[in-house]
Amino acid sequence: MAALVAADAEPVVLAVRGDVVVVRVGDVVLKAHEAGTDLGALSARLRLAGDPRLGGLLLAPRAAPAVVAGRVVTAWPLGQPVPPRDPDAVPLEEAGAMLAALHRFTAADFAGPLPPSGARPRLERAVRELPRGSAAARRVLRAFATLPPLDTAATTLIHGDWHLGQLVRRDGGWRLIDVDDLGTGDPAWDLARPAALHAAGVLDPELWGRLLDAYLAAGGTGVSPHDPWAELDVPARALVVQMAARALAAAERDGTALTDEQEALIDACGRIISATGIGQRG
Amino acid sequence: MQCPKCHANMRTYDRMGVHIEQCDGCRGVFLDYGELEAITRLETQMAVPPPPPPAAPAPGYAQPGWGAQPHYGGHYGHRKHRGLGGLFFSS
Repeated sequence: MAALVAADAEPVVLAVRGDVVVVRVGDVVLKAHEAGTDLGALSARLRLAGDPRLGGLLLAPRAAPAVVAGRVVTAWPLGQPVPPRDPDAVPLEEAGAMLAALHRFTAADFAGPLPPSGARPRLERAVRELPRGSAAARRVLRAFATLPPLDTAATTLIHGDWHLGQLVRRDGGWRLIDVDDLGTGDPAWDLARPAALHAAGVLDPELWGRLLDAYLAAGGTGVSPHDPWAELDVPARALVVQMAARALAAAERDGTALTDEQEALIDACGRIISATGIGQRG
Repeated sequence: MQCPKCHANMRTYDRMGVHIEQCDGCRGVFLDYGELEAITRLETQMAVPPPPPPAAPAPGYAQPGWGAQPHYGGHYGHRKHRGLGGLFFSS
């Protein structure tokens, strides 16, 4: 790893999320992955990110993963993120087309087995780490109980944790970063976060519509054009639960109150429980 | 001019700004370049406009059964850039 970065470059911390640390050194970004990261699965995911057929969609790593001081570390070229809080600058059309293009790939396109997407384990981790005891936490758990078990037969290649922070500009185009949950899964999960935010009433319907229209116009196969909620319902419920659980955990950790957006997710959990008629007790 | 079919004399008429030549013999009509388009345009203008389609939202803009209705809980319409909160940007 040291050979990849300039000796005189000052490291700049870009993000710290739990025990995940992302550091920029010159034009290289180094990511220390969560403790307990499966090196074999992550290596398979990095091989996908380096596959030339996916070069226009995924940012290619600078090197194979390395273990540094007991932690799995990956190295990436520096890209420019989407400017936050500017609806006019959000590349929703490109993002929708990129997801549609990604979802054209299946396990059969690659040699060797693909790891299953980490989307569902991510949800289950968030629920495990939810601080119990509050009325809000009980609502989140009941909404979680409405979800059917994971369909493990899926073969489509999905990103697994898609949101606008996963797009960077590099080499004149947008690329997807963060391949930790890349693998086979239900393609509707890649649209689940914005779908959940739309259903919770916190994402501008027009922005959601632009993304979905772009995805469908580019031939995206994850949702039906005439009834996208047939496929989106379960993943969107899952992301409401995941984001609500994360919000409660962060509020407890930092001793802060929920924001309006986060409150709207807890309210959405309540409506999920009423609408599905599952998880009313417990 | 002479009718290209029966060679009888053709007479020029002006109908609503469109010049047409009609044959006195076989009543056939000759159109100059662009006149057919002009007639089509006139036809469209004279046709009764169809009723506007019902303003059904695109399927994706719809909400699932558990979705927030518009104006739900004050989350709609009060923040100018409500659509780009932090939740759409981070894991």
